[in-house]
Amino acid sequence: MSSSDFAPSFRQGVKDIAPVMVAYIPIGLLWGTLAAGKGFTALEAMLTSVFVYAGASQFVAVDMWSAAAPALLLTFTAIVVNLRHCLMSASLSRHIAAVPKGWRYALIYIMTDESWAMAERRASQTGGLSFGYLVGSSLFLWPTWFLTSFIGAALGKSLGDPAAIGLDFAFSAIFITILMGFWKGTRTGAAIIASALAAVAAKLWLPGAWYIMAGGIAGVAVSALLYREGEA
Amino acid sequence: MSELFALHWPWALAIIGMSVATYATRVSGLLLLGGVEVRGRMKAALDAVPVSVMMAVITPTVLMTGRPETITAAIVAVCAYFKLPLLVNIIVGMVCVVTLRHVLGG
Repeated sequence: MSSSDFAPSFRQGVKDIAPVMVAYIPIGLLWGTLAAGKGFTALEAMLTSVFVYAGASQFVAVDMWSAAAPALLLTFTAIVVNLRHCLMSASLSRHIAAVPKGWRYALIYIMTDESWAMAERRASQTGGLSFGYLVGSSLFLWPTWFLTSFIGAALGKSLGDPAAIGLDFAFSAIFITILMGFWKGTRTGAAIIASALAAVAAKLWLPGAWYIMAGGIAGVAVSALLYREGEA
Repeated sequence: MSELFALHWPWALAIIGMSVATYATRVSGLLLLGGVEVRGRMKAALDAVPVSVMMAVITPTVLMTGRPETITAAIVAVCAYFKLPLLVNIIVGMVCVVTLRHVLGG
């Protein structure tokens, strides 16, 4: 692949993900302040965001954190909270034929819910993902997250309630927007409804983050059941 | 200043465990499906992953929190249907949810 192919799709990826990057700033700051409240130094907060780099499980971890950090319990919880990544990367793997093989294993490390959703949308619109787009739509979210984690922990004190300005809804708005781009008729509606019903049931009756896998698997199962031979 | 940059063993163990767990979940899909040609029912199932996972992630917030969140979600969905830019939808969502929480006392 020549650099002239890489640059335009890289720029498009950066452009598409820019609003998400803005939304990461207050959330990273917030996570840093919560971590500092549990005794993380600023460096520890930043390195957590560098290495774990998973917003949902980092918030859960800080919530569970105690003086003697329960490493095994935190590890198991991280697996449960992040099981959805298995479904996500399985789906994404079909669209990355143009990405050099070694890079796939590096770029999957910095896959987040939001960069993955953006990449899937791109793949559904253009029939595949270029190397440039995958890098552009994911790379800069990473330093945004770990640098704001450092700053938040260094500031140490709470920046106020994010719900007061509606920030707690920002990521729902991001997902709703990307989700609407996938509408391909009533089958899509069936998958969405199945996912929502299963997620509600799991949230009511199961502890922790199982609702994500419950919804994900329900939507996938309904779509597989509704499939008829001979379709595209 | 040195306090900002200190590292502690209990932290390190927990972070190593969580990092390995998180990367394992991320790479698992690539390892399971890497290079496999996917067709038919399997393709239909995988094609449903994006909408299914995204809907499940937002369900507690948009369906199980209160009327302000559910109504705001519907408004953002309409904005998205008319292809408004992502940043606009984020701002619409934040403004609507704050306003409705005040109005509806949610």
